[in-house]
Amino acid sequence: MDNFTPLSATAGGIMIGISAIMLMASLGRIAGISGILGGALSLTGGDRGWRVAFLAGLLLPGVVVLAGIAPRPDIDFVANGWLLALAGLLVGFGTRLGSGCTSGHGVCGLARFSKRSLAATATFMAFGVATVFLIRHIL
Amino acid sequence: MRFIWPFFSGLIFSVGLVISGMVNPEKVTDFLDLAGTWDPSLAFVMGGALVTTAIGFRFVLRRPAPLHADRHHLPTSTVITPQLLTGSALFGIGWGISGLCPGPAIAAFPMTLPVIAPFAIGLLAGLVLFQGYERRFARSS
Repeated sequence: MDNFTPLSATAGGIMIGISAIMLMASLGRIAGISGILGGALSLTGGDRGWRVAFLAGLLLPGVVVLAGIAPRPDIDFVANGWLLALAGLLVGFGTRLGSGCTSGHGVCGLARFSKRSLAATATFMAFGVATVFLIRHIL
Repeated sequence: MRFIWPFFSGLIFSVGLVISGMVNPEKVTDFLDLAGTWDPSLAFVMGGALVTTAIGFRFVLRRPAPLHADRHHLPTSTVITPQLLTGSALFGIGWGISGLCPGPAIAAFPMTLPVIAPFAIGLLAGLVLFQGYERRFARSS
């Protein structure tokens, strides 16, 4: 467990919580990334603008790093090519079918004590653990 | 002016993902790897976010309306459907393969091209596929 970073993890988590509170307090919206991304790509008019603005904010730190203004954080991929594309497909379709991802269900939904979000979070956690076990220890 | 709020909300979310290390797929799969190099950090990220949000929502949702909208848009369904569980299972498999969920994928996107491109293409294809699925099957529900 020498890779364990509890302080920065908790600090980052608190920032994510503050972000979710800001969005609910200002526009009354859940900070669920899959829903925001899906909505930005499908809706038109007044409901699209705030989603695009949120996504622009989400992209900004990466652009700052790309421009060389900030150092690049550690990012190590565990899959690539076709396998990575398959994972993207499963994440895209799955989060929309399941009405949420780690942020919408795992943070905002659980914070509202939603039973649906608890069921969703337990399910994607269990399948995530099983998939990693299969890849790292069986295959 | 009302777009300032979601912009800074997205920005703070993203910085939180970077600081916590959640933009690193290996750190995420290390959390999911209970039998191997287990790294509990992700639980602290979710715990910190969850406690903060739960406290904040208590105050925010008590107000009659948000600052820049007529009401709080909260999910109304309370039924655990096959779609909810199937979708979450598919997501979990994709998450386990890649160590990426939508937030970190978007945050990491600009600084990890072109390696992340297949994930982004797959993700967009998945969203489009769902729109087709929704038009075809989900209208009755």
